[in-house]
Amino acid sequence: MNLLATTTLVVPSIHYLALLPILTFFGASLALLLMSALVNTKVTINWATGVTVATAIATLVYAYFQWSYVAHHGSTTTVAHAIVLDGFSVVGNVVIAVSLLLSALVAHDWAKRERVAGADFHILALTSSAGALLMVQANDLIVIFLGLEILSIGLYVLVGFDRHRATSAEASLKYFLLGGFASAIFIYGAALVYGATGSTNLSSISYFLGANVVLRPGLLYAGGALLLIGFAFKVAAVPFHAWSPDVYVGAPTPVTGVMASIVKVGAFAALLRVLISALGTQLDTWRPILFVLIVLTCVVGASVALVQRNVKRLLAYSSINQAGFMLLGVWSGSARGVASTLFYVLTYAPIVVATFAVVTLIGGTGDDLHSIDHYRGLARRQPWLGGALAVLLFSQLGAPLTVGFYAKYWVLAATVDSGGAALTLVAILSAAIAAFFYLRWVLTLYADDEVEGTRVHVPLFTGKVIAVGVIVAVVFGVWPGPLATWCQHATMLFLP
Amino acid sequence: MHSSIYLLLLIVVPLAGALGAALVRKIEGMAYAVAVGTSIVEMALALIVAFLYNPHVKNAQTFDFATRHVVSAPFGLAYDVAVDGISLLMVVLTALVLLLALLGSRDKRRELAFVGWLLALTSFTMASFLSHDVLEFFIFFELTLVPSYFIIAGWGGAQRAKAALKFFIYTFTGSAFLLVGILYLGFSYQHQTGSSALTFSYSTLTTVPMTHGTAVWLFIAFAIAFAVKSPIWPFHTWSPIAYAEAPTGGSIELSALLAKLGSYGLLRFAVGLFPLALPTMRPLVLTLAVIGILYGSLIACATPDLKRLVTYSSVAQLGFITLGVMTGSKIAMVGAVLLMFNHGVITIGFFLIIGFIERRRGSYQIKDLTGLQGPAPVMAALFTIVMMASIGLPGLSGFVSEYLILIGTFGTHVWWGAIATTGVLASAAYLLWAYQRVFHGRAEGANASITDLNAKERWVLVPVVVLILALGVFPKPVLDRITPSVQQLIHHVSPAGVNK
Repeated sequence: MNLLATTTLVVPSIHYLALLPILTFFGASLALLLMSALVNTKVTINWATGVTVATAIATLVYAYFQWSYVAHHGSTTTVAHAIVLDGFSVVGNVVIAVSLLLSALVAHDWAKRERVAGADFHILALTSSAGALLMVQANDLIVIFLGLEILSIGLYVLVGFDRHRATSAEASLKYFLLGGFASAIFIYGAALVYGATGSTNLSSISYFLGANVVLRPGLLYAGGALLLIGFAFKVAAVPFHAWSPDVYVGAPTPVTGVMASIVKVGAFAALLRVLISALGTQLDTWRPILFVLIVLTCVVGASVALVQRNVKRLLAYSSINQAGFMLLGVWSGSARGVASTLFYVLTYAPIVVATFAVVTLIGGTGDDLHSIDHYRGLARRQPWLGGALAVLLFSQLGAPLTVGFYAKYWVLAATVDSGGAALTLVAILSAAIAAFFYLRWVLTLYADDEVEGTRVHVPLFTGKVIAVGVIVAVVFGVWPGPLATWCQHATMLFLP
Repeated sequence: MHSSIYLLLLIVVPLAGALGAALVRKIEGMAYAVAVGTSIVEMALALIVAFLYNPHVKNAQTFDFATRHVVSAPFGLAYDVAVDGISLLMVVLTALVLLLALLGSRDKRRELAFVGWLLALTSFTMASFLSHDVLEFFIFFELTLVPSYFIIAGWGGAQRAKAALKFFIYTFTGSAFLLVGILYLGFSYQHQTGSSALTFSYSTLTTVPMTHGTAVWLFIAFAIAFAVKSPIWPFHTWSPIAYAEAPTGGSIELSALLAKLGSYGLLRFAVGLFPLALPTMRPLVLTLAVIGILYGSLIACATPDLKRLVTYSSVAQLGFITLGVMTGSKIAMVGAVLLMFNHGVITIGFFLIIGFIERRRGSYQIKDLTGLQGPAPVMAALFTIVMMASIGLPGLSGFVSEYLILIGTFGTHVWWGAIATTGVLASAAYLLWAYQRVFHGRAEGANASITDLNAKERWVLVPVVVLILALGVFPKPVLDRITPSVQQLIHHVSPAGVNK
């Protein structure tokens, strides 16, 4: 019994406010899981949606308290500096909560239409989102990896959720195999960075690199590059994007919405932390790599989308192009860049979820009417639905008076500020290419040769989600000030 | 200094009108009536501003009605409006185009949407001309694309989808360069002054010191956007299909008004902000302008339909404007500003009459039309007046402006002036030839049975004819308002070797 007396387990101090969103998400997911296992009758979809929505709203409420805490006391770390609570993570949490809230409502109507019973979808979505939250708040490469895995494993299943379609299973397998590779690459990169700097903690890495000159940086560079590849896979940056169109098409459409929003938030938050707070001193090393990635991502995303007839595939390439823009803010490596990427993600998420909500509706029972021809004359038949989609597309295109314009404007401004005028030009020309397919879609919506088509029923919740997307696009397109200021504040409270 | 409230009203009234039209949409024809009412109010406001405008506000500053409010500091976004002699005419033209496009080209298909887009377009165009902030200008400049796109796509001819797409993509691509240029300029100011606030205020940015190389690159970035919009040869390829496929109201908006955003931007921003680039860039842009004049005139001779004829003639006219803007001579610059307005008025006249012909004959192909003079003498007479003004007949408005541009150009760039003058002759050739084919000869079949212009159509053309005659004989009040601002601009850019 001597042993017990000598080894005392030192429990690190835990700041529960910081962990609250993550814990609530896991808790809600566990509760639903237990309920489905223990309750004799199946948990109804209404219950499951209710729990998810309540969880998301609770996170928004926490965000208020977290924000006021951070505003008064500054940024803080907890659980042995592995988890961070700062302005940046609060915004990240809000985006994830809002995206999940909207996605859950879309999934609710989708599940009713497809007669998917049970809480499985919501359990998985909650777990995945918890992973994303963990990535947003992680201050340690290992914790980022944990978040990444939790996020991904849930999604592998969600992608294959539609058992009636073979493409869904195929997409799931593809995503799983490639995602597994990417995770392996990421963790290898983390190991190499640990070897080079002696720590996996982002703050310690940053401190080490600030205080020491790395004479033989090969290990560090290799590690950084591998980490970057891992992230590039998650955000579908070219040339690590090949999985994304197939997976977008195969996955049930509400899940595609989750992938385009929540996954991007988690991955970009972690990417910003790793590159800017941990490896900020190595700016000149990773910038050229990112430069190439951005050019490829923007140009390939926009150009390949031109020839797509399947709207989900088209949106996959569109979101690749958008990821290129988000990477611009990372490239700039400045406070303005971080704020602009945050703003981009924050505004893009609700809009893309709403877009996929429309796609879910048009997809119809069986979820496979995704040819662009199914949209012919939609805005003539149903002016509100078609008009809403047009606004959402214009926002993704970056037309003024929609929030997409300011999102693009700000990342471009940050890039020019950091001396990347050439890169900016490439990105913005890719936006012009992208404009082509967005507009062609809008033209299809307003085609007046097939006014007499079948009208699509818009269920209550999905309608609300689409409305939220449009409101975000238009209101913050006219009046971006408050959101921009918020992102700027959040970045000032970014843990250095 | 007058209150800036007038300018705010100029921007807001059309939007309010669109909202009002939407509210009364249930009543048959009310949307149109509200839109017309709005456009009359807008016209009145524009005239009030035009008469109140005082070119000698402060010693050397000719901007009146100015105000500035920062909207979003992180973005460097501000609401900053002002009007000077250069933008004043454009403001009047914007209101005029709206009024006449509404009155002269009523389209009853989905009327609410049509007038809504027209009103929105007017608001955005107005705001672009009033912007005294480069970023604000860019936003509204971009924003004009959306209504134009929907007008072409929704109410255009058979190839409207292609035309709308081509129009949007070309202009959008052009403005990509503009945005990068604006950002670069704004940040180089911020970095040089170390100021924490990002600003794109025009009056601030005119003072940014820069090297010759930077100025040239920025000038090119700005000029590309404006060259596409104008359109200046060789960036004009989107315009024939867009102008031809657009409905009459859309063609008027595009060529009478939106094209001027290009030449206005070139004058105000490319020339005004980067005087250092002028000695280097002037020969190139002047050459493009002259090529545009010749090219536009030649193609206009060969073109098979009236809308494309006016389009190519516009390419030539825009060449003249560019010539005037770029020579750096004060007279030519005043002429260019005047021609922006005159060409706008003349183009309204052309497209309205072509619209009337199309309404009667269902076609604007020259080969389908012949001998219209017989059954429609008033139409022929009005077309003649507009055409003569476009050719530059002394006593009509086109003459004054072209003459000013050409004598200014001869003073500084003889060879370019000499070649450009042949464009005047060419315009006479293609316009007269077209007139001959359409209006002369014996009208047969459908051509013989067309009716002449009715009272309403005649009244719509009255303002056009009055302006053509008035500015032809007595342009002084207008020139008095333009000249101080041009003088001020020349004064600003002259250290870089602009000839007087």
